[in-house]
Parts: sequence; C-alpha cells; structure tokens
Amino acid sequence: MSMNNQGRPTGIGTAGTGASGSALLPDEPLLFEIGDTEHSGVDLPEVTLTNDRLGGFGRNTRLDLAGLTEPEAMRHYVRLSRLNHSIDSGMYPLGSCTMKHNPRLNEKMARLPGFADIHPLQPVSTVQGALELMNQLSYWLMTLTNTAAVALSPKAGAHGELLGMMAIKAAQEAKGETHRRIVLVPESAHGTNPATAAFLGYSVKPIPARDDGTVDVQAVKDALSPDVAAIMLTNPNTCGLFEPQVIEIAQAVHDAGAFFYCDGANFNAIMGVVWPGDLGIDAMHINLHKTFSTPHGGGGPGAGPVVLSEALAPFAPVPFVRKGQDGLELVEHVEGEALGRVTAFHGQMGMYVRALTYMLSHGADGLAQAAEDAVLNANYVKARLEHAFSVPFPDYPTMHEALFDDSFLKGTDVSTLDFAKALIDEGFHPMTMYFPLVVHGAMLIEPTESESKQTLDRFCDVMAELATDAKSGNSARFTSAPMKAPRRRLDETRAARQPILKWERPADVPQAAE
Amino acid sequence: MRYLPHSAHERAEMLGVIGAADIEALFSAVPKSALKSFRLDLPDHSPEFMVEAHMRALANKNQAGGDGPFFVGAGAYRHHVPATVDHLIQRSEWLTAYTPYQPEISQGTLQMLFEFQTQVAKITGMDVANASLYDGSTGTAEAVLMARRLTRRSKIVLSGGLHPHYRDVVKAYLKDDADLVCLSPSPEGQGDILEHIDGNTAAIVIQTPDFYGHLRDLKGAAEAAHAQGALLIVVVTEVVSLGLLEAPGALGADIVVAEGQSIGNALNFGGPYLGLMATRKEFIRQMPGRVCGETVDADGNRGFVLTLSTREQHIRREKATSNICTNSGLCALAFSIHMGLLGEAGFVRLARLNHANAIRLADALDGVPGVTLLNQTFFNEMTIRVTQPAAGLVERLARRGILAGVPASRLLPEDPEVNNLLILAATELTTEADIAALCTALTEELA
Repeated sequence: MSMNNQGRPTGIGTAGTGASGSALLPDEPLLFEIGDTEHSGVDLPEVTLTNDRLGGFGRNTRLDLAGLTEPEAMRHYVRLSRLNHSIDSGMYPLGSCTMKHNPRLNEKMARLPGFADIHPLQPVSTVQGALELMNQLSYWLMTLTNTAAVALSPKAGAHGELLGMMAIKAAQEAKGETHRRIVLVPESAHGTNPATAAFLGYSVKPIPARDDGTVDVQAVKDALSPDVAAIMLTNPNTCGLFEPQVIEIAQAVHDAGAFFYCDGANFNAIMGVVWPGDLGIDAMHINLHKTFSTPHGGGGPGAGPVVLSEALAPFAPVPFVRKGQDGLELVEHVEGEALGRVTAFHGQMGMYVRALTYMLSHGADGLAQAAEDAVLNANYVKARLEHAFSVPFPDYPTMHEALFDDSFLKGTDVSTLDFAKALIDEGFHPMTMYFPLVVHGAMLIEPTESESKQTLDRFCDVMAELATDAKSGNSARFTSAPMKAPRRRLDETRAARQPILKWERPADVPQAAE
Repeated sequence: MRYLPHSAHERAEMLGVIGAADIEALFSAVPKSALKSFRLDLPDHSPEFMVEAHMRALANKNQAGGDGPFFVGAGAYRHHVPATVDHLIQRSEWLTAYTPYQPEISQGTLQMLFEFQTQVAKITGMDVANASLYDGSTGTAEAVLMARRLTRRSKIVLSGGLHPHYRDVVKAYLKDDADLVCLSPSPEGQGDILEHIDGNTAAIVIQTPDFYGHLRDLKGAAEAAHAQGALLIVVVTEVVSLGLLEAPGALGADIVVAEGQSIGNALNFGGPYLGLMATRKEFIRQMPGRVCGETVDADGNRGFVLTLSTREQHIRREKATSNICTNSGLCALAFSIHMGLLGEAGFVRLARLNHANAIRLADALDGVPGVTLLNQTFFNEMTIRVTQPAAGLVERLARRGILAGVPASRLLPEDPEVNNLLILAATELTTEADIAALCTALTEELA
C-alpha cells in the first residue's frame, strides 16, 4: 500500500497488487490510518472546566482515538460497506439463518421518536403505547404458537435458550427436583443448545440421529431417566426435516417428569401452519431476527422471546406487562421462585417494533403463505438439484431447507468448502457448510420465501453447472476460488496462531502533539 | 402480499417440478392432527399505510425524550446521535448482511469490527476487546463467569454501587450460588468491598461512575484484589465518562465491561444496546463472544476474519466459553461510526460538555429547598435526597412535562431507605432552560 507525504496510506486507486481493489471497489485503509486525533466530524461547544467534580480520577493517559470529518467518514463507511454481501444485493441461502427480506417500513417505524426516544426507566404512565405494543406482540406470538405465556426480554436466540432452560431449572427446583442434572441434546442440534445447557451446569447427553435424519423416540426413551431435566430439540430440525415423532417424544419426556425445550430457530417453516403448543413444547424461543425479519445487521442485534407452557409460565422472568387499574403496568420485580431478570431493562424494544410491523403487514394469511412459500422454495431447490447433488435423507419431503452431503464430490479434488467458495464467484453467498454435523460435508440451503422463482432458477442453474464442472475434474476453479471477491481466501490459521486483534500505531507514526 | 414474489401460476409450476399435488403434500411429515388444525384469531395482511397508522398511534401514546426537559439516566443515556450515523447503518450492505462467516465477501463488517475492537481497547485502556456482547448487564454476568474460569475460584463480590439490574442479572445467571456476595446499596458512595476479598475470591465487581453517580477508586481496589490473587472487573454504564476519567486499564482493571449505548445508539426503551468487553491479552482465550483478527489472503493482501473461534459454541458446543452467537453487530457499527466521527478531540469535548452540564445541574439542585445532593464526585449523573418519596414526585413532574430522573426505589423496591432518593443525569442535550424548569417545578412540588 502506498503512502502519502504524511506517512499514511492513501485511499482510492492506490491498492496493492493482485485481486485487491478495483476502480469501483477500492481497498479502504483503516480508520486509524486515515484519521488522526485532531480531526472530528462532530461540532461541540468547547467548555473549560474550572472546578471539576472528578475527585482526582481524571484521565492522565491519552485516548489516541482517530477522528474523521463528516465527508471523510461518509466515504470510509460507504466504501467499507461495499465489500459486504447482503440480502439486498443478492441471494443469501444460509441454512438455519433465515435470511429473508427486511422491509424498510420496519426501520421507519422503529425510528419514530415515540419508540426510539423513550427511556426504559421513565414513568410507566408516559410509555403506555410502548407497553401496549409489547402486549400486542405477546398476543401475536402466543396466538401463533398456541402457548400460555411469553417472556419477551431475551436479547437473541441463545439468550432465549438460556432463559427457557433457567425457567425449567427454576420449575424443577421449586418441586425439589434438584437431582435432574442431565439435558438430552440430539447430535443435529445447533451448538448453542449444548453450550446453553452446560452454561447452567447441566451435563449434556447426546441423542444420535436416525439414518433418516430425525430423532428416534426409542432413543429418547432409552436416554430418559429420573435425572433428566429436559430435552432440547429443534423442530423442524437442522436437517430441514419435521420431526415426525415429535408428539410421541414430548409425551415420553413429560412422562419422565422432564420438560421439552424446543429450539425455534426454524419456526419460519411452520408459522401460521402448525401450532408448536400442540406438539407438547414447554418452552421455545423465537428469533425475531430470523422469522420476523428484523435485520441481521452483520451479526445482530437479535431478539429471542420465549413462549412458555402453563407449567413454566409462573417461572417467567421480569419484566412483563399486565393490565392494572390505571392502564398497563410493567411488573419489574416478583418475589419467590421465578428466575428473576436476564437483562437490564425490558429487552429489545427496537426489535419488537420491527417484528410487530412485519406481523401486521403479513397478517395471519400472509404469515402462513410465507411459511408455505419458504417450504415450497426449499423443495423446489431440492427437486431441481437432487440429481446432480447427493441427498442424505431422501425419504421425507424437506421443510424450509434443502440439505445435501458431499458424496457427489467423491473422487474429485473439490471439498464442500471449495464448492461454496466457487459459488461466491458466481454472485451468490454460500450456503451453510459442515452443519448439521450429522451429515458429511453438509451443504444446507435455506432460500426463504423472499426469493423469486427467477432467482431460484438462476441459483439452481449455477449450482448444477458447478456440480458438473467439479465432477469433470476442473478442480482449479474451486480450490482457487474465490477470484472475484474483494479478497481471496484468508489465512485463518495465521489469524488464530498470531492474533492481531487491534490496530497498533507503527513506531514511525507519532501521535499528534498535546 | 407485497413481500412474497410468487404468483399463483408460479407456485403451481413449482409444485409441478417438485411432483407434489399441492402444498399440503410438502407438509406430510407433520402429524395430521397438528397441521392447520386452527383458525388464527389475528387480522389478515394490511397495506403499508394502515400498518404505519397503527404503529404511529402507539408511538404517540408515549412521551418522547425530546418533548421536554429530560434527566433520566441510570444505565441508559440520552445523547445526540449525528445524522450520518443513522444514515450509514441503514445502508443495505451493513443492515442486511449476516454474521461475517464468509470473510471474502464480508470485509466491510470485519474491518469495521477490527476498528471497533481497537476503539474499545483504547477507551478502556485494555489490550484487547471482543466484537460486542448483548449489553452491559449480560456482559457483567459473562465477565463474572470468565473470572471464575480464569482463577478457578468461585467467590464473586458485587459492589453496592453496581446497577441493581446488573446485580439481578448476575444473580439469575448464578442462581442460588452461595459464593455470590451482593453488598447492600451504597447511595452515599461508601465502599466496603475490600473487606470481602479473600483467598477464594475470583473477582470483585465495581461500577464507576456507580449507580448513584459517585466515582469509585479503582486503583486501590485493583491493588487489594491482586494482593489476594483476585481479579478486578470494572463496569461502566456511561461510556462517555471514559473521555474524561482515567482508563480502567491504566488503574489495574482485569476485565472491563461497559454499556456502549451512549455512543451511536438511541434510547429505544432499553434495547437493542451494546455490550463492550475488554481484557488483558493473556485472558483472551477465556473471553466470551466473537473476535475479529487481522490476517492476509492468498495474494498476501491484508484482510480480516473472525478468529479464536475454538472458544465458541459453534465449534466447542458444551465446552464453549459462552453460548452467545448473535450479538450486537449493528449497534457496534453505530458506536464505531459515532466514535470515528468524534475522534479523540470530539470525544473529550463531549465528555467535558456532559460534566459541565452536570455541574450546572448539581449546583442548581443544591439551591432547591428540600433537596440534598449526595455526591461529592460525579461525571454526568447524581443522586439527591428529597423530603418525600421520589416515585410520586417523579410522577407529578412527568405530568408537568418534566422527566426528572429515576427514583432509586423503582430498582430497589425492597429497600425502604432509598425511597426518597432520586437519580438525575445531564448530558450535552441538557439546557439551562431545562435545569431552570426542573428546579422551579421541584421547588413548588417540595414546598
């Protein structure tokens, strides 16, 4: 990278060699390489503190924070943004992630001052509209799942899992059943499930998958004992299959005095079509950032409300909304056996607004149609590709995801990873790879309901062509991919072995003078 | 339906390719008794303008912070967010991207996270920071668990100045744990935490500025903790304070957790917010959450990836350092842009302005009959004792259009001693007129 006369790397048009940078996608230096400690993009009055109240705890060390003026900042972040793939720019078929369209009405509503500019601790009498919104969202979630209660406050799916399992623990401790120390987790589960159970001190007992990708009720019965607290089961499961014996599994779990925690990450496949409450679940988190379209934002924020059965409802955390004498009340403290509080304040209000906006836009008919279209799209992809690819579980129709394994690549020098990277050069984000773990070299494709037939056809054409090319021995196209992305494959081993986790000022670039 | 691309004709055509008679055939694994067994008591789809009207009606029932004088803080602060920040975070490429698992086409998010981690490390004075957690409260619970892993000890002592919600979250995460010591609320800023440190102590947790606004001595606490082999966890709920206060890392902190909402993020009635976590280099393998690191690509060009993922749930499952997956990516972006706009010069000016306005507020409150200021030290928040229960007073002031602060009893209902305490914050948005209106109203209400 070239330097300007001030010793800082310059921006556009000065990219290094090879694939790095192009006329419209320039490499972008780091904020700290273009900004300095004197520049600022925020005008604020300068005040002098004559008699401060800092008690001698004032700062003596330098912050050394780089600043940019507004036009510089605009370019920095616009240029950086263009190095990202996004739903708005192309299909994002990540299995288990439900990358659906994010309506902009949701964004507009979340920014109304009556939602964005209210404080969580201002008097409840001044936020009655916010409480009403929480009540309406709760009603939609309970109605769509046929459950007795909902705890809105979890910050994301894994946090919802934690809350659900805490509620189960609290319920069992209330009954004196502290000996229940085991949680059953199928091998196909998301990593968050065993991590959550372990987080709460449970030991995790894996349940093997059947040859058809589903969980065997007999295997669950064999694993159940008086020491089992719960099963954590994803349904539809991570292979994209609806667990056909889910009702029997729930029955067996309840007969053993344990609870059924359902990972609701895949609720998009069944919303408005199947009631989880009818399947015997006791707790299920719903990822508002998957099923209800709140944007992923490059890794959050999410929201993971948890619906609860009658048995677990008394153990719901604070806060919750209820009707009082003078309107709606926010219950922020409860005595007794409930699990308490899992986050400061009241959860992800910004996500509640977006999710309710999405629900009202779709309505009951639109949500069911969305679920059906999501399932239709996945089955369409599977049908179009099953001859060129290998389907590990051909017996069941798939739900909202199409799952392939890597046996179609046998005899080639191409791995699932190579195949996925080649997809990047064709303009698509790769599918989820190597998950679920129960399938060798898994490729999990979740198109969601947002993709048109035209896009799906183009995706399937590209996938089929890639498969043909891989089998024909053109492995270089795959093992060297991606060639057309802003970066070629990155050295992850080096990143982990010699971690560089922040920018360090080079010795020859001094800080600005005091 | 405006969000669903298929026509009826296309759906039929696709079912034909699949070889399914109808859509129900695709749901054949669902037990018959459970498939469409109900009619939802919910309205059908709605045009955009009708949804907007519904949501606006709800929003209009709330009193927004900008509607009048505003002094509410206690862990969430009303600051100005530059227009550039909200414009940029709504760009499609930021808003609608997933977690950057494919680094070749996610360099924007990854470089931003690297810059964000650098900014967090710099303001806290620590070696390394992660790519965000949910918020300050859950971050505190994660820090406590991290300290236990690092020290292989179990006792945790929470200062009486820790935000009560943070305390409650730690209590929920460590349910019924005999080794969790929660000290009584300390509205006068009194600190007796050092007496509780012993050879089994994993960490002490100190918030500064504390819940009541007092500034706490971190250096002494760090020395006392380290003398016993315990760690010091520092919690900061008002991150703007770090523009003016010494960095916790320079005073001996081992883990710093902060709520980052104040920079770049709106109040949002409590969420989404932004958990910041920073620590010492030698502790990174026990740190929860995602971390972004620098590396090179196949052509030798600098690039960024998520790294050290062997700590994380998707690799380590039940042996992970945390179950966290989705975090606060877009809030981190908002923070990073706002901090990038401020720079050192702007961040310090912002902190000074907050402190100056708080001094004005404190001096004005001190002159109101019936008000006693409890703070000798503060950054932008303080506690006063009034001559009647603060909750009722705040309610009456709200009816006069003034959001006067947080009655301590709202968060500590079990403690009658805090009934008359009111916590007030000033920020750069607080005006002389706001302070005058508050003091006039207080004088009348307390007369």
